[in-house]
Amino acid sequence: MKNTRLSLLTLLLAGIAVTGAQAQTPIVLVDGSSTVFPVSEAMAEEFQNAQGGAIQVTVGNSGTGGGFKKFCRGEVDVTGASRPITNDEKALCAESGVEFIEMPIAIDALANVINPGNEFASCMTVEQLKKLWEPAAQGTINNWNQLDPTWPDQKITLFGAGTDSGTYDYYTFAIVGEEHSSRGDFTATEDDNITVQGVSGDVNAIGFMGLAYVTENADKLKTVAIKQANGECVSPSVQTAADATYQPLTRPLFWYISKGASDAKPEVAKFIEFAFQAETQDALVAEVGYVPLPAEASALALEKFEARHTGSAFDGGSKVGVTITDLVTAAGAGN
Amino acid sequence: MAAQNIADVKGRTEELASVVSAARRKDYIFAIIGVLVLIISMGMLVALLYDLFVDGIPRLSWDFLTSFPSRRPANAGILSAWVGTSLVMLVTACLAIPVGVMAGLYLEEYAPKNWLTDIIEINVSNLAGVPSIIYGLLALGLFVYILGLGRTVLVAGMVLALLILPVVIVATREAVRSIPVALKEGAYGIGADKWQTMWHYIIPAARPGILTGAIVGLSRAIGETAPVITIGALTFIAFLPPAPVQGTPPFVNFDWLSAPFTVMPIQMFNWISRPQEAFHVNAAATGVILLAMSLMMNAIAIWIRYRLRRAHKS
Repeated sequence: MKNTRLSLLTLLLAGIAVTGAQAQTPIVLVDGSSTVFPVSEAMAEEFQNAQGGAIQVTVGNSGTGGGFKKFCRGEVDVTGASRPITNDEKALCAESGVEFIEMPIAIDALANVINPGNEFASCMTVEQLKKLWEPAAQGTINNWNQLDPTWPDQKITLFGAGTDSGTYDYYTFAIVGEEHSSRGDFTATEDDNITVQGVSGDVNAIGFMGLAYVTENADKLKTVAIKQANGECVSPSVQTAADATYQPLTRPLFWYISKGASDAKPEVAKFIEFAFQAETQDALVAEVGYVPLPAEASALALEKFEARHTGSAFDGGSKVGVTITDLVTAAGAGN
Repeated sequence: MAAQNIADVKGRTEELASVVSAARRKDYIFAIIGVLVLIISMGMLVALLYDLFVDGIPRLSWDFLTSFPSRRPANAGILSAWVGTSLVMLVTACLAIPVGVMAGLYLEEYAPKNWLTDIIEINVSNLAGVPSIIYGLLALGLFVYILGLGRTVLVAGMVLALLILPVVIVATREAVRSIPVALKEGAYGIGADKWQTMWHYIIPAARPGILTGAIVGLSRAIGETAPVITIGALTFIAFLPPAPVQGTPPFVNFDWLSAPFTVMPIQMFNWISRPQEAFHVNAAATGVILLAMSLMMNAIAIWIRYRLRRAHKS
């Protein structure tokens, strides 16, 4: 009876005794936003392959806020963020002496999506979207004809990103004008696939989500073009996000890199140098559904990293319409 | 007189018959409701499982089990996830079962009946209903920050052990309580002392119940995501913890306890929220494996129980 138990335990142990990695292998620790996760994961995977396993990378998925908490405690080397660092988070980092280098890692566009059966709302103005999403709209703006009298008198169903997400923060900032402020009577979900299902099943629905979800579900959804200042209707796409003509919903995604870790751990510096190669950017970022940095921007970003320019180009909140080149140079020039 | 009596009896019989038939009717209605509820709940379960299997089974392959996660859904696998889950479950079982069983036996057989024991009993029962995220926060504060144990396999095993401890304790107590008193009295009658009674009679007799409780607890733990995310399990990790057994002395190696890890539910959660359909299929396949692991634990428990029962009888 004792033997049975013992042999069982041995069997169990043997079952999981696959030759593991050595604990001594240097590890780069990445965490942060779930929006940035696919990019970080692709970089980690490819970097490990390129190094032949000599350096390992782990990626967590704690969300932008959770990532910053760990980052500012010095627990991770790099954290992904779908919005710029806030002033509170800056203070937290400063308190524990963690200096950060702010780098755009990829470009994303948020798309307003409607049901393919919706023939009228193919181009909207920012004012219309604001009228639809601002807090005052709750209970008053219910039907499509309230946004445009030529549109049908049908009830609008709203879907959007969960209110804890950086996506929600950026969308409300760019459309409503105030971060984290919108009507409350919409289906908020952390999983954009729910929005895809909701909008594809309801001809009067509208929602917003990251570009990657639109590309993957092109047959189920239709994107809404946004009327730009020059009167042109621009649809969200890889092209319009890369040349920044799709405004105001084109946004940079960030990596915040610990300056201390970059200096102390050569593997971190190697990983960053790998991630900002133009070839890496073009291949990996595009593969996971985001828009790669323009070649000159990734070169500038690398320069910024080599010079270890710390600090944020943002005043604790998002900015609309910053081009990526602005971002790497502006922060690189000042502090 | 006689005629009146007969009429009386007849009246009473009719009354009785109507009462009986009313009771039968109630029985009948209740049985129908019961069957309906059963059909609905089983139907839902079957539909869910069917959906999971239809999506997941075609994706299963040896490669899926032996590959690390990847950005390419077709190359992605669950090696780090299932190894992580197995190791965490090992720690959980090694902690929760001995501690839970001992606590249950103590409370049932040794503890004096006073207000302190009552408070402990009430708390143990209540703990079983505490949301798992609370345990996660406790573990984050206590194990990770204060004790500095890090975000490791050990801490994950500890938090899940805490989570299922009440289940194991309650199951142990129930199992001990259901043993016929005659068995215990018989043991005392032939001169066994308390410990001998415990070791030779009570524990063996309570074993099936205890094992069932342990498996219920472990089955809950294997699917938990919230506390494991809270203490900082990773999502992408393309290497394994050091192996627990090695070819050179001392043959066992405890480095794996302090290794970073991920577990199956986290891998599923990550894949299900990705835009690409192919990742959703991967998530379904992960679900199938998770179910299989859970069933395998059950099978092991049944096997142990069977072996023990045979050994006990001979």
